[in-house]
Amino acid sequence: MNDTRPLWAVLVSLAAVGPILLSDKRPNLREAWSFIAAALKFGFVVSLLPAVLAGGTPECKLLDLAPGIALHLRADPAGMVFALLASTLWIVTTLYSIGYMRGGKSPHQTAYFASFAVCVSSAIGIAFAANPLTFLLFFELLTVATYPLVVHNRSEEAVRGGRKYLAYTFIAAQCLLVAVVWSTFLVPGATFQAGGFLAASGATPAQLRILLLLFMIGIGVKAAIMPLHGWLPAAMVAPTPVSALLHAVAVVKAGAFGCVRVLVFIFGPSLLREIGMDWLIASVAAATIVGGSLRALGEDNLKRRLAYSTVSQLSYIVLGAALGSPAAIAGAIFHIAAHGFMKITLFFCAGSIYTRTHYTEIAQLAGLGKRMPITMGAFTLAALGLAGTPLLAGFVSKWNLALGAIHSGNEVFVAILVLSAFLNFAYFFPIVYTAFFEGDKGETVRFDETHVAVWLPPALTAVAALALGMFPDFFWSFYTLAWTAAKAATGLG
Amino acid sequence: MLLDAVPFQDTIGLAAQLIRRAMPAMVLIPLGAAMLSPILAARSPRAARFFGGGALLLNFFLSLLVSNLVWWQGPIHYHFGGWAPPIGIEYSVDAVGAMMAPLVAFFALLSFASASRLEKEWTPSHGGAFQALYLLLSAGLMGIVVTGDLFNLYVFLEISSLSTYALVAAGEDRAKVAAFRYLIIGSVAATFWVFGLGYLYALTGTLNMADMAERLPAVIGSRAAVAGLAFIVAGLAIKMALFPLHGWQPDAYTYAPPGAMPFISAIMAKVSAYALFRVLYDVFLKAGPAGEALELLGWVAALSILAGSVLALGQRDIRRMLAYSSVAQIGYVLLGFSIGNAFAVTGALLHMVNHAVMKSCCFAALGAFRAKTGRADVDGVAGLAKEMPWTAAAFTIAALGIIGIPPLCGFFSKYYLIRGAVQASAWPFVAVFGVSSVLGTVYFFRIIESLYLRSADQGAKREIAPLSVIAPALLLAGLVLALGVFSQDVVGNFVPIIVGAGGPS
Repeated sequence: MNDTRPLWAVLVSLAAVGPILLSDKRPNLREAWSFIAAALKFGFVVSLLPAVLAGGTPECKLLDLAPGIALHLRADPAGMVFALLASTLWIVTTLYSIGYMRGGKSPHQTAYFASFAVCVSSAIGIAFAANPLTFLLFFELLTVATYPLVVHNRSEEAVRGGRKYLAYTFIAAQCLLVAVVWSTFLVPGATFQAGGFLAASGATPAQLRILLLLFMIGIGVKAAIMPLHGWLPAAMVAPTPVSALLHAVAVVKAGAFGCVRVLVFIFGPSLLREIGMDWLIASVAAATIVGGSLRALGEDNLKRRLAYSTVSQLSYIVLGAALGSPAAIAGAIFHIAAHGFMKITLFFCAGSIYTRTHYTEIAQLAGLGKRMPITMGAFTLAALGLAGTPLLAGFVSKWNLALGAIHSGNEVFVAILVLSAFLNFAYFFPIVYTAFFEGDKGETVRFDETHVAVWLPPALTAVAALALGMFPDFFWSFYTLAWTAAKAATGLG
Repeated sequence: MLLDAVPFQDTIGLAAQLIRRAMPAMVLIPLGAAMLSPILAARSPRAARFFGGGALLLNFFLSLLVSNLVWWQGPIHYHFGGWAPPIGIEYSVDAVGAMMAPLVAFFALLSFASASRLEKEWTPSHGGAFQALYLLLSAGLMGIVVTGDLFNLYVFLEISSLSTYALVAAGEDRAKVAAFRYLIIGSVAATFWVFGLGYLYALTGTLNMADMAERLPAVIGSRAAVAGLAFIVAGLAIKMALFPLHGWQPDAYTYAPPGAMPFISAIMAKVSAYALFRVLYDVFLKAGPAGEALELLGWVAALSILAGSVLALGQRDIRRMLAYSSVAQIGYVLLGFSIGNAFAVTGALLHMVNHAVMKSCCFAALGAFRAKTGRADVDGVAGLAKEMPWTAAAFTIAALGIIGIPPLCGFFSKYYLIRGAVQASAWPFVAVFGVSSVLGTVYFFRIIESLYLRSADQGAKREIAPLSVIAPALLLAGLVLALGVFSQDVVGNFVPIIVGAGGPS
């Protein structure tokens, strides 16, 4: 059965690139194209949801990429989580970008919106890719499309950040290419399969270990697993909406999602345990969780602190996928969505603060809570969520991850999760405290938010994070999708 | 009424017969046009340009017809003067030839328009001579593709080389020095070829490729046969500009007339690689396994890939950088031949097509940049993306293609090559492909950065590049994308899959 909706979901934003570029001189028309494409994309993705929830996998095969390997798109539960996240956040980010970019009179906006559209297309392509080669195609398209965003300011620093980004991602790309080619050689024509397809390949454990390392290096750079994370803080020179996109919507999430694909859908939990790599990957992830949080503690620049927080949080996803018990995998997949909503809120807030005050350091935020209550309120909600406070989205994923760690017999990782929660509080609490409880008492403070297009998006995403914490299946059915994928991968479903 | 009388099948058969007979015209048309065009040019340069262009267009159609016929009915042979092969000279076009012939004709045609446009302004005094040389070059290259005779191949190799020496010398600046250097080194290469051929002729008493393949097994173990192969490979390695025999190429690419570069950069080295393919696969590998020789060639290719990429890093002049990049990329082709399984050889053949399109696109875009600013170095193109967005995009697409970004065509040849290397468990070669792509990223992104991120040098000369110079770049950039997206159709219908070629697998 050929259901072309996954294809349309990918193509609609790609098709918007042309009109966006041609409307260079007319910003209103240009942004209208972005909104139309975003709305259509969201429509296509959401229209797939009932079929996927009913246990179907709408898919379409297009032209062949290589002998026996088609450009193959398929909406499975795990992919749906990522696609829903990306297409939802694209709408909010577009709204935010308009407010932010016009407010700051940022140059090169056309290139920004065009690259953004390509990035979102690639993200959906990555979500729906049904075989490694299709995945690789969109993954590298994303790499290239992100570059103009990183160097957006055209400043010396931006160019340096761009070079660092290219160096990391293109070296990784070669590892990924070899890994993909190797996997298609071992199992010709294989598609992603819950529980993995490499078990029957006949390759020796040593070969599989090397293959896994190649995959993890190739994808881990985008997922910012330590020590492959160096490009991410350097990319912080980009404007805030770009950082939001990098951190929450497309780029790093594509990396984290890719890790899930590799660990759960190419190798599979049982093969991973068989070749003895589950423990290694989980340990590296755990080290990244703690290491990222410690680095975040040491940063005084708001965006850089958030960047290291991302490094840390992404490895929750990798950890869950590596542990391989049903609850761990479900927690990992749910965290893709949960972290997306919470982290994008934080970056939106950072950008909102910047457009109003041009503050970038945490110490400067004193008293800001009264001036910008909506922004700082949203910030507080999201920060609490990331730390794992009950009733917020982050708690759901961490609860499942902890359960999963116990089920898989690796109780030590529960300790890591608890430690990380403390560290999260440690680096978020000072920001909230400074904003609300410091500053001159006598000063009359008045309400001083920015444009509605700037403060509304973080408010919306913060509310969504709250809703997801109380009703994990709220609107998008993230929780059901995550558990469906996890059960299929572990043979429970 | 007349047509109705002839049954459809017969019409087709008649057409096939006609094409078979007309096959040698693929060489004769540009050769004849080369002779006539200076005479015409003396009266009307404009008429000469149209005449030359018309001849190349005709040639392109003919090559497509021949190529189609080969795909449909198998290899075509033509015996000159009716003499059967071991005695007479034979032209033969097999599946690989059917891929190469339209490629040569296409690039000859494509850059002819921009070449005559650019050269009209820069070398007005010998406009006619330029066209004659250009046509002669295309005749020579086409001859290499279609001939089935090793000595005849030498003749065409020399025709193409001699016309290139003269073409390079017509350039500006230090072109004459570059041409002279090329002449010396190229003559050494030709001599090597004749030496090697002499050994083989002495052993087998034949110059026809198919015939030699039959007679070689009896003498394949002799030192003379090994020496013959070694000389031939060394001669072709110079022509292909493999490291460390590439010395002539950077200078020649830098100082040659920019109009001819899209053609020269696309086809010259590829045709030599094709000749090597014929000698290796149609003569020597049919005579017996040559695993060791192939493995040695593989290491030479790997060295060429790495050295070419590293040398490209240090170049400020984009033409020189592209030349070193070609040293690396032709190594891809040779490495594919030497790995020798179906995937690798298909990848190598596909890369001949893809690289021709990508590198030619780079040079075409560079020609347009140069027509605008008069410069061809990394700083010279700074900020040009604002003024020439289309041409800059074309260059960027071609560069990303050479780096190997999907879904551009360079990715797919790399995919096949790596697939072949993985299948052969040739892990060092897999690593070489990876390292080369990373280095490619470095040297190409320097230019992309300059194009897009730096601001333009205000004092520079600014003219409008003519459409005939920009159009080929855009067309080729479109092809870079199309050949990638539809790479399976290209492989299925255009690039033959050579199975079971032996090799160290």
